[in-house]
Amino acid sequence: MADVPHFPVLRAGKEYESLDTVELVNHRDGTPLARVSQANAGIIRRDLKKAAKNAAVLREVPVRELIERCQTAARIFLEDELIVGGEATQTPEQYVAALSGTSGLPHALCRANMQKNALVMREMPTILAGLMRGMDPTVLDDGQGEHGGVPVWYAPAADTLGAVLPSNSPGVHSLWIPSIALKVPVVLKPGREEPWTPMRIARALMAAGIPGEAFSLYPTDHEGAGVVLSECDRALLFGDARIAEKYAGDPSIEVHGPGYSKILLGADQAAHWRDHLDVLYDSVAANGGRSCINASAIYVTAHAREIAESLAERLVALAPRAPDDPAAGLAAFANPAFAEAMDAAIENGLAKGGAVDVTAARRAGPRRIERDGATYLAPTLVHCETLEHPLANTEYMFPFASVVEVPQERMLEAIGPSLVVTAITKDERFVEALLASSSIHRLNLGPVPTSKVEWNQPHEGNLFEFLWARRALQRASAW
Amino acid sequence: MSAVQEERLTEARDRLDAHVREIVRHHFSTETGTPVWLEYAASVDWDPLEAIQGFDDLVARFDNFDGERLRQDAHELWIPRAFAGRPFTIFETGGSTGMPKQRIGWDDYKHDYEEFSDRLSDEHFPRGGYWLMIGPTGPRRLRLAIEHLANHRGSSCYFVDLDPRWVKKLISSGQGEQAKAYMKHVVDQALIILKHRKVGALFTTPRILEALGDEISIPDAGIKGVFCGGTEMSPQTVRFLCEEILENRVGFVPTYGNTLMGLACHKPDFAADDYSVTYYAPQPRAVLRVTEPDDARRLVRHGTWGRVELTTLTKELFLPRFLERDAAKRCEPCPEYPWDGVAEVKPYGANEEKIVEGVY
Repeated sequence: MADVPHFPVLRAGKEYESLDTVELVNHRDGTPLARVSQANAGIIRRDLKKAAKNAAVLREVPVRELIERCQTAARIFLEDELIVGGEATQTPEQYVAALSGTSGLPHALCRANMQKNALVMREMPTILAGLMRGMDPTVLDDGQGEHGGVPVWYAPAADTLGAVLPSNSPGVHSLWIPSIALKVPVVLKPGREEPWTPMRIARALMAAGIPGEAFSLYPTDHEGAGVVLSECDRALLFGDARIAEKYAGDPSIEVHGPGYSKILLGADQAAHWRDHLDVLYDSVAANGGRSCINASAIYVTAHAREIAESLAERLVALAPRAPDDPAAGLAAFANPAFAEAMDAAIENGLAKGGAVDVTAARRAGPRRIERDGATYLAPTLVHCETLEHPLANTEYMFPFASVVEVPQERMLEAIGPSLVVTAITKDERFVEALLASSSIHRLNLGPVPTSKVEWNQPHEGNLFEFLWARRALQRASAW
Repeated sequence: MSAVQEERLTEARDRLDAHVREIVRHHFSTETGTPVWLEYAASVDWDPLEAIQGFDDLVARFDNFDGERLRQDAHELWIPRAFAGRPFTIFETGGSTGMPKQRIGWDDYKHDYEEFSDRLSDEHFPRGGYWLMIGPTGPRRLRLAIEHLANHRGSSCYFVDLDPRWVKKLISSGQGEQAKAYMKHVVDQALIILKHRKVGALFTTPRILEALGDEISIPDAGIKGVFCGGTEMSPQTVRFLCEEILENRVGFVPTYGNTLMGLACHKPDFAADDYSVTYYAPQPRAVLRVTEPDDARRLVRHGTWGRVELTTLTKELFLPRFLERDAAKRCEPCPEYPWDGVAEVKPYGANEEKIVEGVY
């Protein structure tokens, strides 16, 4: 045990070692990786009473400096050996190995996510411009500014941004990072298996000079997560459809549930489907299919079976490899029970008829694969005869998608809430209808993978508008 | 093995065996006996007065006591002849809903709490002055016991009631907001008393203590000692209460007790044990054993978990081998209490089924 690093609770930047700890182990061989202090709910509740004080410390730093420090932190995050707790440190390589050990992501995908988080820190000016519609960010310093010739006054709507985070992919941390530049301290409840990334990001930002008061990191239980959601002024919540529904009506909580991201291939492009196989592949398989921005359904007007078979041909090449193999693109399930449950759910869906797993005949063995102590689900592409089939709009955290033939005029009514829609069409009337749709959170027009994120526009909600409220300010002349 | 000398263990054991003989004689003899136990003696082919010469005999001879009888039996069946004609008090157990378990009593709670008083420091629980109890009053023994404890130390006690049965109903029916509102109602009443009256000592549950500490500085409000019990307290919770809620400035006395047992005292200086609190039954009046889940005659090894079994041995109540709904770790004797202790008490089966503890 002595060699296993201890991950403390961070209470406004200060380390706290709890008497209650959870041991994290490598999912392949059970090797202990860390002992993680668990915060009791009372600690979180008590600390949140100091939220205004902590926010005041962060707000004292001019926004331009915060942006610069975020940019410095990007390099530190990628390159430096950082303290995790007490004397224990972690190199970038150790971080990648630990993250891979509990998440099942191969090192290559861990590194790709690392780059994504670093990019958000480095590109903070672009991100703020996207969130603030190009407004001069110094409005965050004294609340007053001018934008497009109109006076603006903003007041912070929150002293804290809480986040109840998942363990599936470290890329999600890119969503809260801008809160620091927006001068709102974060209160993070990491996923049980993923304290690594939020700790490393917080350490990098602190090393770059962001005040510790901006970071609270509470590995905790269900009750503690409840406190983060109920006591933080604003909170991000990641969870499944059931959780998303439970909190959907709460304006102080931004829920990130399943993405149900999709690709729509317009009738005008139906004959050219072969040209777009790369986009389909990337959308389904990027990041091991772990993200909510991975496509889980592909709607086409014709050639569904042929498209499915050609895409399946490519997907089956994505096979388990050693976690440190640079070519590895498929993630293992750290909890084999999840893989088992998903495999069973897919088999149940197929047994109902009306859907065919077109990948099944092309791969050598079963969908569920055991290799070197790890469990994988092989990429699975299902051709569904109708939209009503249960597998036609289902999202799983591995490369899984359905291909369905849908008349173009039915596509929009059928998509339902979709985080990302890539619409490959030049049909102007269809494009107009897509632009007007309120079901689509992000629309990619043309052959852009659903998984590609451009940071000059808000991604998954506008954090600035969530954290700052525009008010009116009128001043008497010569006052 | 602990630092407790063998002779102290033997001495405590002998004292317990002698006490068992005395209590069995009391409850099973025709002059002083209790109807339930006299009936029992007539129904078995062995003579308790002969067969029970010590605690081990009791464990070997008696099966686990069926707690349902405490809901069903007429109280008269439980009046020892020695107490005939004396009005009794009816106490109800904890926070369960439905017909409660009831126990009748006369002076046991006074004995228990007077003995407990000897363990309290005058620094943290000054004699004279005022106490405040925030917790279940109503039909509970605890309410009279706390008042008696205060009185015994020359103090008087204010009370703010908390109805644990209502809290359980709210929580099990998903009315979390109502439960929070009720908790606030309880805490608000306590804050009013603390604002307008000079209170030096508190009795409450861990959750209410925490909620109170979120509103005021408890030491700055004049509280010198807190006596706390009712639900599970993990070492981290105890540490948090001591260090942060009580700011390391208030004496903290965690307890484990119930209507049937009385009050178990904690081993002193739990901070040195990483805040793992070990409780010791008020032996010989009550004995706690930590038993194997599938065979309650066997004890688990020291340092391992099992189900708590209680035997009550007073002249008012003989209750052999009652299985509590608690799980605990069996602990070694300590110099102050040379018999087994229990630690990290939590609801039995907490991992298998959801048990609603609420604020109580």
